[in-house]
Parts: sequence; structure tokens; C-alpha cells
Amino acid sequence: MSLPKAEVRRLFKRRVTRIFLAITVIGLALFPLAFTINSKPATAERRAAAEAQAQREFELATAQFEQMRTECEAAKARGETGLDDRYGPDCGAGYGPQQEWFSAQQYMDYEFNFRDEFQPSLAVLAGILAMVAFVVGASFVGAEWHTGGMMNLLLWRPRRVPVLLTKLGVLVGSMLGVTAVLGALWTVAFWAIGRFDGQLGVLTPGVWQSIGLTGLRGVTLVLLAATIGFCLASIGRHTAMALGVGIGAIVVSEIGLRIVFELLRVQFGDRYILSTYLVAWFEKSMTIIDYRACNFVNGPCTPPEYVVTWQQSSVLLGAVLVLGVFGAVWSMRRRDVT
Amino acid sequence: MPAVLEISGLEKTYRSRRRGARKALDGFDMVVESGQVHGFLGPNGSGKTTTLRTLLGLITPNGGRMTLLGQPVPAALPRVAGRVGAIVESPQFFPNFSAHDTLSLLADAGGVTKQRVVEVLELVGLRDRAKDRVRTYSLGMKQRLAVASALLKKPDLLILDEPANGLDPGGIREMRSLMRGLAESGMTVVLSSHILAEVQLICDSVTIISRGRRVAYGPVADVLAQHAGGGVTVRLESADDLSVAAEILIAAGARVTPDDDRLVVTNVEKPAWVTRTLAERGYYVSELAPVKVDLESVFLELTQTAPVAGQARQVDDSAVVASSQGGWGV
Repeated sequence: MSLPKAEVRRLFKRRVTRIFLAITVIGLALFPLAFTINSKPATAERRAAAEAQAQREFELATAQFEQMRTECEAAKARGETGLDDRYGPDCGAGYGPQQEWFSAQQYMDYEFNFRDEFQPSLAVLAGILAMVAFVVGASFVGAEWHTGGMMNLLLWRPRRVPVLLTKLGVLVGSMLGVTAVLGALWTVAFWAIGRFDGQLGVLTPGVWQSIGLTGLRGVTLVLLAATIGFCLASIGRHTAMALGVGIGAIVVSEIGLRIVFELLRVQFGDRYILSTYLVAWFEKSMTIIDYRACNFVNGPCTPPEYVVTWQQSSVLLGAVLVLGVFGAVWSMRRRDVT
Repeated sequence: MPAVLEISGLEKTYRSRRRGARKALDGFDMVVESGQVHGFLGPNGSGKTTTLRTLLGLITPNGGRMTLLGQPVPAALPRVAGRVGAIVESPQFFPNFSAHDTLSLLADAGGVTKQRVVEVLELVGLRDRAKDRVRTYSLGMKQRLAVASALLKKPDLLILDEPANGLDPGGIREMRSLMRGLAESGMTVVLSSHILAEVQLICDSVTIISRGRRVAYGPVADVLAQHAGGGVTVRLESADDLSVAAEILIAAGARVTPDDDRLVVTNVEKPAWVTRTLAERGYYVSELAPVKVDLESVFLELTQTAPVAGQARQVDDSAVVASSQGGWGV
């Protein structure tokens, strides 16, 4: 008997899975496409053209400045007053355009830099995949409960907890596979953009290690989202339960609590917001700065800071994971299938 | 014949914060012997589906003992599940999968060959619609698919909850021959149904449940005989004499109910007594026949669910019987 094999088939046969994966792939493809279109490599011709444009802009600004000075001198000769307010002291003699203000870099097209910009892009990838994993995970078990598929399966495989954990395992394994494939394609796409339409930067082993660790944190986040979606839908025996809790968490935590903390002027209120811990997990730490504590009118001030570390995040997210899985298993063991 | 399904003293109480506790099963007993087609009857809300779900491990009972194929359940359910095919209540399937996908996924999960999927689709008449999505199926087609899913693992015991629900007359007849054929091949079939005429035709034995307790059980013929009451219908040469004849029989100790152009006479030891009693007073019987009972009338009598003019019967208004003392299924 191969329950895992059947569940893998079931997962990828489902329309929700297929549609969400198709939309995700198309949506994600738009990012490298946009970078490809916008990024232009800094060739010698483009650099020369930018330098020429910078020179033209400098000369234009200088000519405009000289014309303004001439008008100012003429007005001074006519005995007009208040010229300092309009042109500055001495007809703005010390404010003329400087050559260094017009660097060629300003007139260069955008050029993608793999080393500097790829890691932040992983946060976008992980965020999108985590949302998709949450919905697919919730729907995978929620629809099974709702349509009676779970009951049919339990008539064949009466060991409830192994059935639930097999489904969860299949979901996590499949999401890991999908994330790994999409992550690899994402990396190759952006590497190619850097290589052919931008620049790669200096890619030392340390840089690759850092990218790898960021990717690993992203994968963890995706698998966590899938598991939490699955467990919530399993506890509620309906996909809507997970989606409701997800939307509720966003409304309560990200909007409601922020407004309340702002009104109550709670110091470091963001440390009670869920997304702070997600960011801290991904970025290794997140610093919350209390600007309200400073009155900058009285002079320089260093506002107090509160740092949320990835270790704190891992404790919180781990607790959520354990609670979710425990709740789903308990519910599966104890509640009647009616 | 050995019993393939035995239930003794099964109890299940549903608890709700708002409605309190409600006993769905109250010491229910049931025995199904091997190779039989066994009818499982009861009014709505009497505990049929709860019994079947409990037996199949979907509901945890509060008390009682159950065995399936000689193994105690739910403990041994994983061992016997492969030999028990079941559909419980209305057929439920993922609407976007085809019948073939649905069965093939179950076959994968249960280690059944793909060839068997084709066989059962053929058997229930869904071969030509096997690739269509279940959402396009009628209730009868979903019912056929449910039966197919239950037959997929070639079970020794087949438990079907309302399998004829939604079937057209031809489908009902096909289902009847299917049940018979399966029983003849050695399979035991437990059939829960409200189509009592069908049950009377198909089943060898029945169990009737009311308010969570067994009110009748045994071979269909025995159950009918037990409730026939030994009554006879009497016709006279002249229908005008019926009222006088009724008075004579009542005076002689019989119970008489007028029914159109005849009398229904009960509480008599032998039919001949009726003929003799009336003949002695100069009234001659033109027709004397035993009262025929069918499963429906027995069911309505036992469960006290016969409709009463001017009353709207509620689902829990059915017979309550004293708890049985019979022990393990007897």
C-alpha cells in the first residue's frame, strides 16, 4: 500500500494546487523579466554617452548660472535692492555648478548587480511562496474534510494519525521540492541577468554561503506556512478555517495592534507584531527604533532601540508550529468523523 | 453460520453545550451472519448511521463491544479494513476529480490494482462516464460510484448505507441483482435502507433499530411471522351481514376491525373457529384468508412511526423499548 504515492498524486491533481502553482510561476517569471528589460550593462559606449550627457548638463547649468549672474549684475547696476534674497550674496558667486555634481553615473541606465540585489529578492520569493504554500496546505486537507474525501480515505486506512501525518509529510515534501525548483530557477534567472544584462559583482564563497543561508531561511518559512495552513484547516476541518485565521491574524496583528499601540504610545510596540518576527527570522535581526523618545528640537538625540533576533523568532515560530501540529493531531485522534 | 459482524451493548452519547447530552445508541445489539444480505432498518435519527460509523472507526463509542470478521474493533480495524467495503450516508467525493481518478487514488492508497478500478466501474455501469468529473454526476451516478469504491477492495463484508438512494427504477433493480450476486459469491452485505419493499425482496435477515435500541431482529420471514398476529380476513356472502357477524365474533372473544367489505379478525386460535362460530348462528363465510403483513407495516408498528392524520410526527417520535438483556448479540 502506498499512501504517500497516492497523496502526492492527489495533491498535484487538485485544481487549487495546479492553478496556484501556475499563477505563482507566471507571477514569479515577471520579476526577472522586468529586471531583464530594465537592466542595461554598462558598456564603454553607454559610459561614453553618459559622460557626454553629464558634460552637456554641466555646461547647460553653467550657462544658465552665468546668465543669472549677468542679470543680477545688471540689476545691481540699476540700483535695485534685495538682490541678495533673490540671488544670494554677491549674486550667488559661490553657488555656481560644480563639475563633480554631474557624474556620468547619474546618466547611466539601471544596471542589475547580482551580489547586491539578489539576496533581497529572495525575501520576495519566500514571501510569495509562503502565501501559496499556506493556501495549498490549507486546501489540501480542508477540501478533503469538506468533500468527504477524508472519510472515504479513513474507511481504507483507519489509522487516523498516520494518515494525517502522511498527508502533512507529503505536503511538506512537495512544497520543499517546489521551493527548491523555483528557487533554483530564480537564482539562475537572476544570475543570468547579472551575467548578461548587468553585473555579477564579486562572488566570493562567503557571498554564496550567505545566499545559501538566506535561501534556507526562506525555505523554512515556506514549509512553516504550509504546515500552519494544513494544521489550521485540519483543526477546523475546512479550508476556510485556515484562511479565516490567516486573514484574521493580518487584520488583528498587522493593522489593529499597530493602531492600538500607536494610540497608546506603547514603546517598541512592533515587538508584539507577528510580521516583526518573520522579518527578523529572514534578516537575522530587526531593530525597532523609538523615535518618539527623542525631541530633536533640543538638539541631537540617539533614540532607544529594541532588537528582535532570529533566535527569538525561531522560538516563537517553533512554538506556533508545535501548537499547530499538536492541535491537528489531537483533533484527528479525539474528534468523531461525522 | 459464523457471525461476521457482532455488536453488543453499543452506546454513544452526543454532547453539546447548547443542547446537552443526547443518546444516539443506547445498548444496541446486532448480529450479521456470514453470506447473508442483512437489512438494517430504522427511522430517521434512530442511530443507523451512528452504528455504521462507530463500527467503521469514524466515531468513538461510549460503551459496548463490536467485532468485524471475528476481530474486535476498533482495535483491530487496521487489520480488517482491507476486507470491509463501506459507504456511509450520502456519497461524497471530490467534485473536480473524475470517477476513474477517485477510484484510482483509493486504489493507490489501498494497494489495489488498476485493473480492479476498471472492473468495478464496469460493474456499476459507469464505464462510459468514468472520465467525467464527479460534479457532473447525478445523485444516482454518485451512488453507483460510492458502491464501486466500496467494492474496489473485493471485501468479505460490504456495508451500504442507502445504496438505492437516487437510483432510477432500473438502477434499483440492478442494485438488487448486484446484492444478490455478491451474497451468492460469499460476500456478506449489510444494507441500510428505507425502501422496505426492496429490503424484503433482497434481505435474508433484518435488524430494526429505534431510538438507539434494537426492536426486532432475525430472518425476514420470522420477523414478519412474529408480527402477523395470527389474524384472518373474513368475507360473508352478503356484505350487509358484516356488522352482525362482527358482534357475534366480539361476543365470542375475538378482536374485530371492519375493513371495507370484510372483517379483520384477530385473537383467534384457529381460522376454523371463525367459520364454525358464524355458521352456528346462520352466517356463512365466503372467504377466509390469513392477514398478510409486509416489512413496512411491521416497521411502522415496531417503531411507532406510522403517520397519524392531523399530526406532524417529529424525528425523535419513535418507539422506545426496554434495554435488552440478551448480551452478546442475542
